[in-house]
Amino acid sequence: MKMTARFLARLTRHPADNRVHWLAWLLLGLLLAILPWLVSAGFGNTWLRILNFALLYVMLALGLNIVVGFAGLLDMGYIAFYAVGAYLWALLASPQFGLHWPLWAILPLGAGVAGLFGVLLGAPTLKLRGDYLAIVTLGFGEIIRIFLNNLNAPINITNGPQGISAIDPVHIGSLSLARPIDLGFVQVPSLVSYYYLFLIAALAIIGIAIRLERSRVGRAWAAIREDEVAAKACGINTRNVKLLAFAMGATFGGVAGGLFAGFQQFVSPESFGLLESVMVLCMVVLGGMGHIPGVIFGALLLTILPEFFRHIAGPVQQSLFGTVLIDPENLRMLLFGLSLVLVMRYRPSGLWPSPQRRREIEDVQRADAPADVPVSPM
Amino acid sequence: MNSVLLRADNISKSFGGVQALKDVSLTLNKGEVYGLIGPNGAGKTTFFNCLTGLYVPDSGQFTFGDTPLISHAPDKTVRQGIARTFQNIRLFANMTALENVMVGRHARLRSNIVSDILRTPFNRREEQATEDMALQLLHYVGISARAHDLAKHLSYGDQRRLEIARALATNPRLLCLDEPAAGMNANETAGLRQLIEAIRADGISILLIEHDVQLVMGLCDRIAVLDYGELICEDVPAIVQQHPRVIEAYLGSGAHA
Ligand SMILES: Nc1ncnc2c1ncn2[C@@H]1O[C@H](COP(=O)(O)OP(=O)(O)O)[C@@H](O)[C@H]1O
Ligand SMILES: [Mg+2]
Repeated sequence: MKMTARFLARLTRHPADNRVHWLAWLLLGLLLAILPWLVSAGFGNTWLRILNFALLYVMLALGLNIVVGFAGLLDMGYIAFYAVGAYLWALLASPQFGLHWPLWAILPLGAGVAGLFGVLLGAPTLKLRGDYLAIVTLGFGEIIRIFLNNLNAPINITNGPQGISAIDPVHIGSLSLARPIDLGFVQVPSLVSYYYLFLIAALAIIGIAIRLERSRVGRAWAAIREDEVAAKACGINTRNVKLLAFAMGATFGGVAGGLFAGFQQFVSPESFGLLESVMVLCMVVLGGMGHIPGVIFGALLLTILPEFFRHIAGPVQQSLFGTVLIDPENLRMLLFGLSLVLVMRYRPSGLWPSPQRRREIEDVQRADAPADVPVSPM
Repeated sequence: MNSVLLRADNISKSFGGVQALKDVSLTLNKGEVYGLIGPNGAGKTTFFNCLTGLYVPDSGQFTFGDTPLISHAPDKTVRQGIARTFQNIRLFANMTALENVMVGRHARLRSNIVSDILRTPFNRREEQATEDMALQLLHYVGISARAHDLAKHLSYGDQRRLEIARALATNPRLLCLDEPAAGMNANETAGLRQLIEAIRADGISILLIEHDVQLVMGLCDRIAVLDYGELICEDVPAIVQQHPRVIEAYLGSGAHA
């Protein structure tokens, strides 16, 4: 794992070393292209499904990273935007209202509506920071979920706790991704087509996130994270810039949500609980807050690791003790929690932080370092 | 020549029982270095905070050029051309010196989130120009060698200079410096003095809060003295120095000044 990390770090960091750089990108591209075939051949469709979910989580984590990592605003209700995107798709492309809108119409709309919800969440929290902000956003996430749960009466909109089923799969033109696609020389299974769709979406989101980070608005987010008062004194309209962070993060969530609904063809409020928000937050923090490659890594790891534990927990116990002592489902969460604790204990800046962030945390930890600046009121 | 740049009319501000500013009125002319002095707790920083929109004064009004500053929004004040530094340095500690100055340019840039994402030719040009300008400013304040160091790793004196560079990046007509020489040694103070002279020579007016009496008397065209939130005199250094109430305020408070 360390070697892959180093390899990827090389990939992302040395533009000067041009030939290696170019080749590495080509290899990575190739790997990503054949990955679904390898996975389904080597591990079966269960793991290909997990891989698809991993891509959805990459999008979610990158969205939350804008709010938490870039702008430094702790958002505990982020999954609400995923829910908004998913339900929008579910309502506009299912028998629920008899609507069957296409991908190119719903996805941008989902992104937009989720962005709007981002502003709705952001507006009342503008003056809050840290733990207060966390609590309000947590409440917001729950409100959205509770709404979805209860909007089946007096008019049935969301179908309540049963959720919405028989959702249209993603269509591209007349091609349905739910069925194998015949390319003449090869049949592309549904899961593989979804993989490519998700990969394209994830790459687009990665690209946007990278550009935002190194831009006027990205600098403004970082400035607010560092010192809000100083940011104001630099002429930043902190209200607008924060709302922009909430909105931008939310659009990523909305896109991921729409794709999720089209993929699963079923949504229910259960998928959008607090634990999901916490999970995405863990991906961001564990991977390396604010560092895009780290966040991607965190999302992949935290999607795949628990599944891995689930799959080995039974057989390993069987071979060690001759019987299954702890339910694999419980053990998986136990191991998962343990790994979180260990990472945060030994790598508080995340598994793959930006070099800058790493130094930051180390500086803070050097608690005995003398402050060279006298503290006085502003 | 003596056209007014900034006028404060009867500015008052209190915090609970503490009246930090009582009906403070003063005028600052274009091209001036204007000193604001007074014992600790006299209300100098509060005056800055009211002027730059961080606090809303209880009463009174600022007029900058011909326009009243009514919004009390810090970002609008910056756009109108008032920039400031802080008494306790407030840099973006984990950003590089260059990035700090680039943030200072924020209000003067026209890129928005869409052009940022699309990386339009306009956006690229503007980003490049911003970086060039930031480097120039770092050079101007004398810390270009530290451009790519994190702000928090700069020496104390360099941090003060960086804060000034960041403020200058906003393209101000009035630069407000809150105790820029605090904590500096004699050498650094002399350098700071040269820098302030250079900024003035470039046509930017300066409002200077400072405890270093020599620096204030040497640099300032005029000086206002605050004591317990009240303006006790406003005049040229030679007269302020002789003013009985000023002497009393300083001796009375037992300050080192
Ligand atoms: N935000 C605040 N809340 C409460 N009291 C304040 C605040 N800011 C300043 N003060 C009080 O106002 C008075 C003037 O403070 P200040 O303007 O910082 O003085 P100076 O900069 O001249 O040393 C002091 O008594 C200070 O305690
Ligand atoms: Mg002060």
